[in-house]
Amino acid sequence: MSSSRRLLYAVAAPVIALVVTLAITSIVILISGANPLDAYRNMIEYSTRLRGVASIVNQAVPLFIAGVAVAIGFQMNLFNIGVEGQYRLAGLIAAWAGAQVAWPAVFHVTFIIAVAMIVGALWAGIAGVLKVTRNVNEVISTIMLNQIAFGVGLWLFNDYLKLEGGTNLAAQTEEIPSTGWMPSADWLFEIFGLDMPGGRSAIYGFLIVAIALGALYWVTLMRTRFGYDLRASGLNPNAALTSGVNPKRMVIVTMLLSGAVAGLIGLPSLMGNTHFYDEAFPAGLGFDGIAVALLGQYHPVGMAVGALLFGFLDYSSGGLQLAGIEPEVVAIMKGTIMLCAVIAYTVVRRLAAAAEVQEAARRLEHDRPGRPSRAAPAGAPA
Amino acid sequence: METHGAIASEPAEDARAGGPGAWDGEPDIAVRVRGVVKRFPGVVANDGIDLTVRARSIHAIVGENGAGKSTLMKILYGMQAPDEGTIEVRGRQVHFKSPRDAIDLGVGMVHQHFMLADNLTVLENVVLGSEPSTRGVIDFDRARGRINELSDLYGLDVDPDELVENLGVGQRQRVEILKVLYRGARILILDEPTAVLVPQEVDELFDSLRDLVSHRETVIFISHKLDEVLEVADAITVIRAGKTVAEVEDPSSVTARDLAEMMVGSELPTPETRESTVTDVVELDAEGLTIVEGGRRTLDDVSLRVRRGEIVGVAGVEGNGQSELLGALLGTIPLQAGRITLAGQDITRAPVRDRREAGVGFIPEDRHRDGLLLPVALWGNAMLGHQTRPPFVRGFWINRRGARGRTEQVVEEYDVRTPGIDVAARALSGGNQQKLIVGREILATPAFLIAAHPTRGIDVGAQARVWDDLREARKAGLATLLISADLDELIGLSDTLLVLYGGRLVAELDPATVTPAELGSYMTGAHAHEQAQPIESEASS
Repeated sequence: MSSSRRLLYAVAAPVIALVVTLAITSIVILISGANPLDAYRNMIEYSTRLRGVASIVNQAVPLFIAGVAVAIGFQMNLFNIGVEGQYRLAGLIAAWAGAQVAWPAVFHVTFIIAVAMIVGALWAGIAGVLKVTRNVNEVISTIMLNQIAFGVGLWLFNDYLKLEGGTNLAAQTEEIPSTGWMPSADWLFEIFGLDMPGGRSAIYGFLIVAIALGALYWVTLMRTRFGYDLRASGLNPNAALTSGVNPKRMVIVTMLLSGAVAGLIGLPSLMGNTHFYDEAFPAGLGFDGIAVALLGQYHPVGMAVGALLFGFLDYSSGGLQLAGIEPEVVAIMKGTIMLCAVIAYTVVRRLAAAAEVQEAARRLEHDRPGRPSRAAPAGAPA
Repeated sequence: METHGAIASEPAEDARAGGPGAWDGEPDIAVRVRGVVKRFPGVVANDGIDLTVRARSIHAIVGENGAGKSTLMKILYGMQAPDEGTIEVRGRQVHFKSPRDAIDLGVGMVHQHFMLADNLTVLENVVLGSEPSTRGVIDFDRARGRINELSDLYGLDVDPDELVENLGVGQRQRVEILKVLYRGARILILDEPTAVLVPQEVDELFDSLRDLVSHRETVIFISHKLDEVLEVADAITVIRAGKTVAEVEDPSSVTARDLAEMMVGSELPTPETRESTVTDVVELDAEGLTIVEGGRRTLDDVSLRVRRGEIVGVAGVEGNGQSELLGALLGTIPLQAGRITLAGQDITRAPVRDRREAGVGFIPEDRHRDGLLLPVALWGNAMLGHQTRPPFVRGFWINRRGARGRTEQVVEEYDVRTPGIDVAARALSGGNQQKLIVGREILATPAFLIAAHPTRGIDVGAQARVWDDLREARKAGLATLLISADLDELIGLSDTLLVLYGGRLVAELDPATVTPAELGSYMTGAHAHEQAQPIESEASS
């Protein structure tokens, strides 16, 4: 299949999903007695101010990381529903650990990241070990582990890790010294002559980490032996087994990796903004990450778009409120777009597969006898 | 909808009903096909097929694998629609949209691969999907009565209350035939019905078919085994490369040789291996391999040796330990007891990857299940099983150039028909997928190759290719274990022939002297029982 064709198929599904979603939300907004065009205009105007853009990017960064964490598992049909628990536990412990030391910035930042990844990996690893040794379905175990993680986190926080006698009324961990902060990535936008708002709206430095992570994820998956084993396991576990992949080891390694990446989710805001853990630590990103991964079909670019879209929807609900429309419309949009995307992807994938078979046949007719052509680029499976 | 249940009724009675199932028009012609064309990606499966099947006869359709027989049958059974041409059933032009339509017109199909639920009884399997009911409750007594009636009428000796998992292959096939008759079929299509049977069971099947015809049914019988066809058919249609090349009204006027030449044109491929290339060097040495699954010894004290340049064939009715033997050697099934040595190295405890790196090649019996990543490009499939070794990888990284180069080589040397190495594996035909697998395994220069049903379900050209490739590799010193259900393939390719029955090796035979009938009797345990029975009863008591 030609690369332009491939791109067309890749883009068709999300575009269809978006159009259908807009149609459905328009009906909902109409029913609620408002003008959908007004609503959309408000959402866009509200979000396209620089402050809005900064906020959307900052929301998208952890969502994207969550998407990658989920996607790693999905690549071999492991459903890590436990990203939520993994990152919240990892965030708490990393916040506390980061406040215990004051090393030079490079070491300090690395240390905090490492702690978060290790905690996330270990927590996810429990589900992996249970699956391999006791054949416990990872969906069930990770959901359970989420609940346990919330409980354990609360207990650790209240009994051990929160700051005693702090000045704030709200309980929090000790603030991480500034050597453990992540410098803002505003400069990335200022290159393009944008006058970033900075301060509390500064772009998280973790944006760079997220981009690197996306690249690393894709390169590992598509260009390394390990990635090949991982994809083979997901695409055809039987064939992977006979090709020499150890399925048990693969489950453990995948869960550890997925959990390690999940551990990063809470860090953009922790290291870029708050510098301590408190009860306002972001929640729900793990579940939204599942949606982002699905929406982006586990491809880094797709997931980046999905994360930005979700960030946009969240932020622009403020614009809806200004126009006197219920912000819950955004929740409806999120749900609808997920549903439409899943359906559209399935339909388009089938069409694309059929078209590929047809095209191979047609080219075979032309090319006979069997002259291999090199027109198409390396075939990355969808 | 009128019923077609009146199996023994006269055609004239049906005609009065005047429904779609009636024998109006030419009552002597059950099925007439004119100029049927069906194209698939890469092939024209049917390219102008004509077929006239007289009612109340056994009509054989012969052709090599891939000649288009199965496609024609799928069209007749409504599973696929023809691109061109017409089909008449009992003188009436039909356009089947689904098998449902075909069944409604009394056309039934017995598939090559049985579609039975093991954990249900014969009765439950037969009624599944068309359960007779009284006020929403399945009326098993009525169904049981019908089944007994049918099996008595056609000599299909099956107990309706037996669990299917307890039945042998021949009996399962009779259940499939019952299923079709139960639904009122007057025209039965059997797709390669003898492929899974041993010679004795084939005779029983043919008796049943003759019974069916004597009771005014029509049988369409697909095969590529000519002796069988000549034995049982009243008329023969020969198909080659999607075209009808001959219609034989009187089978006694032709020989198997005549048919073979019509089928393949001039060139007659045989799996025969000429001079021996067997050396004295034992490449693979397996001793006392035993696998216990669910308390049952599915592989029981199996010992075998494969030498360099030797092909050791393993015959056996499916389910007698072949897949366990394969799993034991490949490392996917844990051993209860036994020892495996590859080139003098003990690999008994080695995981699959170590074995593959040590030179174990593998051609799986089900390429879609065990051998391919269907959505992945060919070059990604050519490295499957070899993804830890050059030229596919360089250290930690996939070596794209190396992998693609090797894939080009496989495509070229093993005649894989493809527009390129970037198309997904699913875009290729079965034969080309298989050639890709055979090529990737042999080019990886294994020391020991496990070939499980290497030519199953592929066309004749590809089959001859694969046989040649295996022979070439053998000549170059490869030790091969060949597991197959095709007795001709086994006898033709093997240097040594082993028979697996009930998880045990019950015979070692010389392929040069053994006959298929002899082999069949070992495979059904007829010989084995005489020898093994006393030992077994002692051991189990």
